[in-house]
Amino acid sequence: MINFYTHKMLQTADGKLPLDVSFTVEKGQFLSIYGNSGAGKTTILRILAGLTEAEKVDIEVENEVWDNSQKKYHLPVQKRSIGFVFQDFALFPNLTVKENLEFALQKNDTPHIVAELIELMELQSLQNSKPQNLSGGQKQRVALARAIVRKPKILLLDEPLSALDDEMRFKLQDYIIKIHQHYQLTTLMISHTIAEIFKLSDKVIILDKGKIVKEGTPSSVFSEEKISSKFKLTGEIISISKSDIVYVVQVLSGNNIVKVIATEDEIKDFRIGQKVLVASKAFNPIIQVIS
Amino acid sequence: MIDLEPLWLTAKLALITTIILLTVSIPLCYWLAYSKFKFKAAVEAIVSLPLVLPPSVLGFYLLLAFSPKNTFGKFLDQYFDAHLVFTFEGLIIASVLYSLPFMVHPIQSGLKNLPISLKEAAFTLGKSKFTTLTKILLPNIKSSILTGIVLTFAHTVGEFGVVLMIGGSIPGETKVMSIAIYDEVQSMNYYTANVYAAILFSFTFLILLGVYLLNNSFSKTNPLND
Repeated sequence: MINFYTHKMLQTADGKLPLDVSFTVEKGQFLSIYGNSGAGKTTILRILAGLTEAEKVDIEVENEVWDNSQKKYHLPVQKRSIGFVFQDFALFPNLTVKENLEFALQKNDTPHIVAELIELMELQSLQNSKPQNLSGGQKQRVALARAIVRKPKILLLDEPLSALDDEMRFKLQDYIIKIHQHYQLTTLMISHTIAEIFKLSDKVIILDKGKIVKEGTPSSVFSEEKISSKFKLTGEIISISKSDIVYVVQVLSGNNIVKVIATEDEIKDFRIGQKVLVASKAFNPIIQVIS
Repeated sequence: MIDLEPLWLTAKLALITTIILLTVSIPLCYWLAYSKFKFKAAVEAIVSLPLVLPPSVLGFYLLLAFSPKNTFGKFLDQYFDAHLVFTFEGLIIASVLYSLPFMVHPIQSGLKNLPISLKEAAFTLGKSKFTTLTKILLPNIKSSILTGIVLTFAHTVGEFGVVLMIGGSIPGETKVMSIAIYDEVQSMNYYTANVYAAILFSFTFLILLGVYLLNNSFSKTNPLND
């Protein structure tokens, strides 16, 4: 279990902002931190890792004190049982994939774990490559594997998937789940994607301007404001064609073409190239012109 | 017959100076790159002084400091039996001070240009500052280190003012190439001066050419220089 409390003045683009946060994470839990940029998310992970100092800080991990500003106690980052995956991956350019992993071995560790992780993360064919020859997704897998070599208690992921395309993102989410379960980690992840948070985490905290504004399970936290019985998308009419007694209106939204049925009365107002809103309440889609 | 002693003396001086400076500069640069010390700017200014200071000024102060008639010189003489005026040892100390920025600046900027996350990642993997420096940071700034080594070596080979002030022109002790050329010109031996100058010229050109060739091949393999 992690008990975390901190108070720190952050220097942001809009001036000073007090970060004042307190939360607990159960052992084995997967916690996501969600919030606008500049809300202090990365700072929380860095304080927990011991990379950033704060004016007031009190961190206890499984009954072991990591930080206590009152008693002026600070456990150095090297002694904390953490794996940290940085936003820019931070792979060592002078070492191969395998050497990057081996670098993380401690004095009396057996190199067995490196082979295991290379297999688990499917890095066999890449193990002798240098990081600069890898794609974003591959770098991410190496960074994740390297963070686990020490078998840490806590895995910290700083927006690990933000730089990847959707397909890669889904694959890597599966790797993260695999790692989280296989090594029985307590994981803290910063994420901007609600879908990702739903898929991966047990608990989420929403951070706004340095304060926690909501916390709980993803469905309880997001359902109130983000989920409604209505979906809507905006787009542009690209064609209107008659089909039997109704009309088919094709609407381009992003890269998707949506076909919507409309009556003769309705299409009187529609012109090709018009911006429209397509919305649906439960079953029937409504199509509406945006002025 | 041309006396080649100044050539060896120059090479010896430049080599020893470079080795000393490399050893001193790495910890100094680590400190300069990462420390949050309040008066760091003052230290940086002192390190850079030899770049703008006339060599004769530095030589003059060193001459005063090392003189056995003054406190520091007397102290060195009494306790260490060290005579630094008009000796090879004195030349080494003067060269180290004079070439300091040429070693420090490339290494310091190399370290500063590395993403800070490399250092932090090594820390989160449980590695000490020393291991991080030797296994991660330094191997990733090879070209900066090479630049520092070569600039220091070449700069020491080319120094004149400081050597003249603190070392004079004692054959086999302090008479390096640049001084030898000056001496030969003074005594109208243009042929010998010409040979010395040609050696120094081609040697310096070859060194710099080598550095640029090597650095170009480093940057082809090093993604940090893209």
